Formats: sequence, C-alpha cells, structure tokens
Amino acid sequence: MRTRRVTLPATAKAGEIIEIRAVILHPMVTGHSAAGANTVARRIIHTFTAVYDGEEVFRANLGTGVASNPLLVFTTVATKTGDLVFTWIDDSGETAVETRRLTVTPA
Amino acid sequence: MRLRGLVALLIALAATAFATALGAEPALRSATEFLSDALKREQADLTANRGSLWVDQGRALWTAAPAGTDGRTCASCHGDLASMKGVAARYPAADAASGQLLTLEMRINACRTRHQRQAALAPESDDLLALTAALAVQSRGMAVDIAINGAAGPAFEAGRAWFNTRQGQLNLACSQCHVDNVGGKLRGDTISSGLGTGYPAYRLEWNGLGSLHRRLRACQIGVRAVDLPFGSPEHVALELYLAWRARGTAIEAPAIRR
Repeated sequence: MRTRRVTLPATAKAGEIIEIRAVILHPMVTGHSAAGANTVARRIIHTFTAVYDGEEVFRANLGTGVASNPLLVFTTVATKTGDLVFTWIDDSGETAVETRRLTVTPA
Repeated sequence: MRLRGLVALLIALAATAFATALGAEPALRSATEFLSDALKREQADLTANRGSLWVDQGRALWTAAPAGTDGRTCASCHGDLASMKGVAARYPAADAASGQLLTLEMRINACRTRHQRQAALAPESDDLLALTAALAVQSRGMAVDIAINGAAGPAFEAGRAWFNTRQGQLNLACSQCHVDNVGGKLRGDTISSGLGTGYPAYRLEWNGLGSLHRRLRACQIGVRAVDLPFGSPEHVALELYLAWRARGTAIEAPAIRR
C-alpha cells in the first residue's frame, strides 16, 4: 500500500469553502530516456479524483511533467454530511483509495 | 561630517577584520532562508510537506514488530513516539556502552541489532529514513544542544579539522563556501552556512527524503573528492562539528531543500 496523506477539516458549516490536500508516495516514472538508453515503461499516476457524497467534485489528469510524490491542493463547498472518496490511478492499473467523513453543520 | 563618517567606516572595517581574525562568523544562515516562498510554506506546514510521507511510515514502524522477533517494538521500550521529543536535537552523541560516536541513524540501528536482534537497516533505506524522520520531527523547533566533551571530544576536534581541510581536485575546504561565501552563488543555488538542521530533508533533486550524510557526499562529489562510505568516522565527526556550529538554532526536519 502506498503511503499517502489527505488533509481536510473534519467538520464544516454548510456553504463553507474547505481546502483539501492530497499527497501520495509515487515515483512517477516518465518513461522518457536518452537516445540509446534502455527504455523504461512509463508509470505515472494519470488520474486523481475526489468524489463527495457520490458526486465528483475534483478531477486531475496528470502528465509526465509532474514530479514524484505529487501534492494536490484544491477546494470544494461543504454541502451536506457525507464521505469524500479520493482515488489515485496509475499506469499499471494500481489504485489507491482514501475515504474521509465530512460532518456539515447548518450555517 | 564627511570626516566623521570616514572614521566610523574605518572603525567598522577594523572591527570586522578583528572579528575575522578571531574566527568569529557572521550570523548563521539556514538554507531555508534561500527557499522560495512556496517552498518555505511547504516546509512549515507538515500537511503539505512531502517529508511527512516518511514521518507517517516511521510512526507505523515505531509500533510494528520486525518479522522473526519476540514481538518487541521500538514502543515496547521507549513508549509513545512523542516521548522522544528533544532526542534528535542531541545527536550525534557518544554511546554510553561503547563510547562510539553515533548519529541518529546509527543509534536506531544499534537499537535494532542489540535489542531487537535484527540486521541493521541499510543506509538510505526507506525504513531507516522513515524512523529517523519520525524521531527528528518530534524535536522540530527545538534548539540543537549537543555534548562535545567526554567521549565526543576527540571526534569534535577531528570534525573541526575536517571542516577546515582542503580536499578533492578542486582543493576546497567546507569552510571556504559555508563560512567565507555564505549568501553567494554556486551555479543556481545560494550557499548556506551548512547547518544540517533540516535533515533528513526532502530534496527536490532527489525527489525524496535523504540523510545529512547523503547531502555531505553530494558536496564531496562537487569538489571531486573521494566520497566516504556511509557511517565512516570522518563523516560522523563532521556531523558532530556541524551540529556544534548549529547549536542554538532550531531543528527544521523534515526540511525542503533544492
């Protein structure tokens, strides 16, 4: 299992904008190599998604220009109490999933 | 007025020359000072700091028994990881049993071989870096406070001599960059006082966490000197001297470095 860390508040008021940080340990092998060198298969995280109470609120398509151990910082609006599911998918099909509960109190 | 200004300038110059002759240095400057604002923020905030990935692994290893042992973990003897606050600020330190000078990494391995009956972790392995980072972060913000008397005395003198010895094909001593030219440039990077308080650090060039020892080897390759093996007495002595130079400054590990 890859080490990862998701940071977001445990509770928020309805309508409040919350910041979410997601970072994962991944080498992000670009597959680029100098002419004549041995080729290595590309292995990067190509997709990251955040699903909030069943609805996708953030998606990132990453390319080979992204450094290892990518950190993503984004925001969403707290609407109702529910689970946020974060998913990283890499070229080998490996998937890392992290779930966090957000409790929303009336504004 | 102009004459008085000139006299003041001459006195200031004389004072600077006098201080240099005595070996006094201007205030120490951590490499953190020369980071971009974005990297400074990443370093300060452990939720964004990528070194935290290793801290998390180290925290898990702290309470995990290595395979083939009697179930003894780090926590079995030491208790909660938070109780190790201040430990990293005291290393390198002489081992009470053998009198040998140990870095924090070497101390972790000494514990593994003596008390857990395990093979030592390889230098720069993820597990060793993770445990070191998890310990170091407990002392974050605390002042470096090491002992240079007793068993550490000879090593301290050796470290000081090593710091001031020219080496490599470029024939440069550590002090020529890290004392005489702090704030100057080495290609695109700014020279710091060489404090080592941020290590193990997440270095962008490495795309990962690395020890102070690895960083010192990078300097040695830079001056085209022989890079000494991990754990060599010269390196441990140098780490002790660097920690003494940095005494009173805050531990920043896991720092972000370029």
